[in-house]
Amino acid sequence: MNADAAALIEVEHLTMRFGGLVAVDDVSFIGRPREITAIIGPNGAGKTTVFNCITGFYKPTIGRLLMRGDREYLLERMLGHEIGQRARVARTFQNIRLFPAMTVLENLLVAQHNKLMRASGMSVFGLLGFKIYRDAEQAAIELARAWLERIDLVDAADRPAGELPYGAQRRLEIARAMCTEPRLLCLDEPAAGLNPRESAQLNQLLVSIRDRDGVGLLLIEHDMSVVMSISNHVVVLDYGRKIAEGPPAEVQRDPAVIRAYLGTDDEAIDG
Amino acid sequence: MKGSRLPAMLKDAALTVLVAAALGVFIVGFRTVDVGSRTGLGFDYQFTDLGVALVVIFFGRLGLSLVAEGLRWPAVALGIVMIAVGASPLELPSGFLHWFVVLGGILLVLRAAWPSVNKGVVSFAHTPTGRVVDRIGTQWAGWLLLALAVLLPVTPFANQKTMDLGVLILTYVMLGWGLNIVVGLAGLLDLGYVAFYAVGAYSYALLSTQQGLGFWAVLPLAGMLAASFGVLLGFPVLRLRGDYLAIVTLGFGEIIRLVILNWVDLTNGPAGIGSIPGPTLFGALFAETAPEGKQTVAEMLGIPFDSNQRLIFLYYVILLLALVTNLFAQRMRRLPVGRAWEALREDETACKALGINPTNTKLTAFAVGAMFAGFAGSFFAAKQRFISPESFTFIESAIILAIVVLGGMGSQIGVVLAAVLLIGLPEWFRELGNYRMLAFGLAMVLIMVFRPRGLIAHREPTIRLHPVESRGSG
Repeated sequence: MNADAAALIEVEHLTMRFGGLVAVDDVSFIGRPREITAIIGPNGAGKTTVFNCITGFYKPTIGRLLMRGDREYLLERMLGHEIGQRARVARTFQNIRLFPAMTVLENLLVAQHNKLMRASGMSVFGLLGFKIYRDAEQAAIELARAWLERIDLVDAADRPAGELPYGAQRRLEIARAMCTEPRLLCLDEPAAGLNPRESAQLNQLLVSIRDRDGVGLLLIEHDMSVVMSISNHVVVLDYGRKIAEGPPAEVQRDPAVIRAYLGTDDEAIDG
Repeated sequence: MKGSRLPAMLKDAALTVLVAAALGVFIVGFRTVDVGSRTGLGFDYQFTDLGVALVVIFFGRLGLSLVAEGLRWPAVALGIVMIAVGASPLELPSGFLHWFVVLGGILLVLRAAWPSVNKGVVSFAHTPTGRVVDRIGTQWAGWLLLALAVLLPVTPFANQKTMDLGVLILTYVMLGWGLNIVVGLAGLLDLGYVAFYAVGAYSYALLSTQQGLGFWAVLPLAGMLAASFGVLLGFPVLRLRGDYLAIVTLGFGEIIRLVILNWVDLTNGPAGIGSIPGPTLFGALFAETAPEGKQTVAEMLGIPFDSNQRLIFLYYVILLLALVTNLFAQRMRRLPVGRAWEALREDETACKALGINPTNTKLTAFAVGAMFAGFAGSFFAAKQRFISPESFTFIESAIILAIVVLGGMGSQIGVVLAAVLLIGLPEWFRELGNYRMLAFGLAMVLIMVFRPRGLIAHREPTIRLHPVESRGSG
């Protein structure tokens, strides 16, 4: 793929092998700021593997992952936590990964760890109760409160996150990722297990993250109503290869896409 | 149904008795006794004890089967009969057997009635009154315990024995609080915690006997040394998770002990280090007479010398150290680093995705925990005045870990209760003679059966968005 100045993330020739299995095979695409890029494909197409490469959980076998921010970052060369900390890529997980015993508010504060850690002078200022830390903590709480308002969980702020209903946990995980103040947010099947009403709310939330917060989104999703209604750009994977790419309406008509889906997953093309 | 099941139950109970007999014949049936200088050791037979125990086990097992069959009330009746028999003035070979029968009965009644009792407790905890009781319990229990601890030396109970026990318990409370940071908060299973305790103890022992440094000067040094050992060990091994980490820390604990044992030039090996000076109070010694140029505390304060003064002073020193540990741990928990520790315990993968450096975060937990073990170690050396590698065996790590787990991981008050139980009980059970450890084990099993998540499983949030009052109604 040619270098695109407007791109937020450039995935170039990404290949991931596990022994003899090629999970992702020479996939290239870009994600732009203030856009939702959906990655779709039948089960086992390698979507989550792409995410795991971008967010540093896997080291790609081949490929370059260029993330633009305050400077250019090559994600494949960074340690897992640095990708969140410096390149500002946040993600959610297919199977929700909250901190279940900690409260909703605590979950959102943990997300602001690096900022707060600096303000607490590696805990020294915090231990001594300096104003600089107390102010930073107050600001962090305000940010968390703002997000709780957006996901409608203010009343549940002091409850353990593990006690929340499923849909609320999904929203909380997105809010937690957003509390890291990312440039790129990677969402792994955020609508999975949601009822239609919750799914519609989720659409609104994602659109507001795109338009209001100006964050670029990468979205893995099986729910075609979500994909077709909110994404700006769709990348279709099948057996680890990119088989189509383009605006949602175009991709929907692509014969290769229809073939890939009809083989495995009938209801998915309804949307 | 009753009729058809009874033979099976009897058979099951008989089998249990068989197993118990096979185990008990050597543990309970024989006792080695010193029969005199000429013949050496001989056997003392306690088959009556064994027999009574087996009868109790038979009926106990039968009762449990009844409970499992849903026949609660016959089981309760059986339990009450057992209690009555145990409490009756029946001739049994030892006083302990009375207790054994009574305990068996109580256990059976508890087991039979537990579901309904538990249901009652749970539903009470959800009523507004229950919540208030719960809150008072969690909020005020700590202050109550603290007041008790501070006032203990001036109460009539303050004889040498209780003060000794108090110092011992407080040492373990402090170690428990230290390890709680590592295990309870950060979720790192450390089986070699005693290594850092040993580092602290040997730091003080060596620096005081060879360099002539005082307790208060060495204390921070010992803490720092132990913390650096924590970092040194932690750096390579903290990439490991769960069981693997446990094994490596276990190994490290043993390595430190073996180094101490074999590095005779430095540590004097198995012979240990003796005549370690005790802690001083503003430079004054706790002794009957002071050497030239020094002063005893009795002289300084103008009071008559009493050998208990030293003990009471030691008691307050360890109380102070333990409180500092607690305060520090509580405060750290409310800081970003503390929240990151807990988050790491909950889900390391999610932490990484949020940009938290897991290695650094674990290292701080390890280092802070080790530091407090170092403090406790130098106190231990100053108190004992003699240390040898024998004081730092794996069993110490196990006891400290048991205190943390039993108390409820992450709970500060739980650690205190568990330390009192684990260190105090074996002392109080001394009257039971041979059966001391048996009773101790039974107590452990009971706690784990009835409170599987530890004595105190309640977790208080580190921060609240809404004040507590407004939450009560919601």
